[in-house]
Amino acid sequence: MMDAVRLYCRYVGVSVRAQMQYPASFVMMTIGMFAVTAVEFAWVWALFSRFGTLQGWALPEVALLYGMVHIAFAVAEAAARGFDIFHRQVRGGDFDRILVRPRSTVLQVIGMEFQLMRVGRLAQALLVLVWAVAALGVRLTLGRALLLVASILGGGFLFAGLFVLQATLSFWSVESLEMVNMATYGGVEAGQFPLSIYRPSFRNFFLFVIPLATVNYLPALAIAGKTDPLGFPVWLQWASPLIGILFFLMSLLVWQVGVRHYTSTGS
Amino acid sequence: MAPLPQVIVENLAKTYRIAKRRTGFLGALGGIARREYHLVRALTGVSFELEPGELVGYIGPNGAGKSTTIKILSGILVPDSGRCQILGKVPWRERAAYVGQIGVVFGQRSQLWWDLPVVDSFDLLRDIYRVPPARYGQSKDTLVQALGLAPLLDVPVRQLSLGQRMRCELAASLLHAPRLLFLDEPTIGLDAVSKLAVRDFIRELNRQRELTVILTTHDMDDIEALCHRVMVIGRGSILFDGTLDRLRASVSPERRLIIEVPPELPLPELALPAARVVKREGEQVHISFDPRVVRPAQLIGELSASLPLRDLYVVNPPIEEIIAKLYGVFDL
Repeated sequence: MMDAVRLYCRYVGVSVRAQMQYPASFVMMTIGMFAVTAVEFAWVWALFSRFGTLQGWALPEVALLYGMVHIAFAVAEAAARGFDIFHRQVRGGDFDRILVRPRSTVLQVIGMEFQLMRVGRLAQALLVLVWAVAALGVRLTLGRALLLVASILGGGFLFAGLFVLQATLSFWSVESLEMVNMATYGGVEAGQFPLSIYRPSFRNFFLFVIPLATVNYLPALAIAGKTDPLGFPVWLQWASPLIGILFFLMSLLVWQVGVRHYTSTGS
Repeated sequence: MAPLPQVIVENLAKTYRIAKRRTGFLGALGGIARREYHLVRALTGVSFELEPGELVGYIGPNGAGKSTTIKILSGILVPDSGRCQILGKVPWRERAAYVGQIGVVFGQRSQLWWDLPVVDSFDLLRDIYRVPPARYGQSKDTLVQALGLAPLLDVPVRQLSLGQRMRCELAASLLHAPRLLFLDEPTIGLDAVSKLAVRDFIRELNRQRELTVILTTHDMDDIEALCHRVMVIGRGSILFDGTLDRLRASVSPERRLIIEVPPELPLPELALPAARVVKREGEQVHISFDPRVVRPAQLIGELSASLPLRDLYVVNPPIEEIIAKLYGVFDL
């Protein structure tokens, strides 16, 4: 296990060095990423300055959701980039190369690329989050701070799990990847706003199928000190980050099924 | 007691189910749920054994089952049936433990990190294969020297020529001191000088380290230069397994007599039924004959009686022709 962590760090180092071969490109992509997400948030801000609140949610509270989702997504995009672009590897036959090396497939795929330019999104989301926590007017107890970190981690695992599922699907069909993409990017968009504003079917999707709301919205309620209009038990608000990790572990099981399919069909 | 063969392959069979493609988004959706297949039998029963230190050429036309065999032997693919025991392991059952002991070079696919200096790829492979530092240093130095890589180590892989890259690929596949090496088209696309360098290296490697090598190639010069033993696969099974000489003899016992005469000189009719002129190029005339029917001395005697021979020599027909004949025999 320690050995795997060490190798992962080596992979990250190598990938970062490879990206730094083109420093100008890296700087521009990062700034671009920062600018795009900043404009996105400016739009949310404009909406709230016009309408005030959204079903009892003020801007700082929505900003909390926004920051949490986007930090989690940025971390997952950077760290699980290998799974995100995996369909190219499969099509090019590069998965064979992974199979003839004496390491786990997950470690090798995740080690393929650590996409550093996602710090653009990360930095922007972090700024929003820091502002949100300051503007909320809620005392950030140790418990709440821990929950905040834990649920961002949970969200990161959840998005990483989605990338793994997307990669797994490409063992069967590259054409249907867009469906997972819709869930991933749709999840980010939807997660920026309080779950209670959506229709029940949509809510249930993000609570039970892809439990993004469970790892993001529910803990955000606890951190912002709001009562849940949907009436979920309070303990769930504190237990929910674990669900992201569970989702990720389950996606790894599905991945193994995909690998078995590949090694029996060779395509 | 004789030691067990290093590679035992028995009756490997593999059939692919190829999904019929559908078009459009709904087609792609439906494609996940239920599909129609047609079956392609890639291997129908492949068996062979290799002793430690053998260098065997594995050849066959495209789609004959070459790469399916290599994929099964290297732990990438699970066969439908058959047995396979390599270095005491079943490749697909103990993948991680097994592949640590083999090296694989895919001629058309790199194992190096594209944007990084060569030496960074080597160092990363050291960690992937868990090579102890002392052994790694030694292994690297030996390979760098043998392949003349010293000036290339700090060059990013993307800037290497194909020949330079292939030398680096060979080194990369050997850093962990594998006991069995798969070379899949290692000379494809290389210039003549690089081809010779790669061949020399493989020959020395096989000789000095007693490394077992399985070489697949379309370049018959590779086979001629390197392989004592050849296996020919066609339509999913082994058609021939033996020495290159025996392959020549079994398909075509023909030999070639090449004579040099003035280019404008008309050639006489040959009175010998088993000999015929197959090619005339400038001064050279190629005469094919069956040594079982016509003794070379008899043929040369007759020719020198009627022609002013400048030079003559007897050669084997080129291996391409032999393989083409073999494929013809089996109607591939």
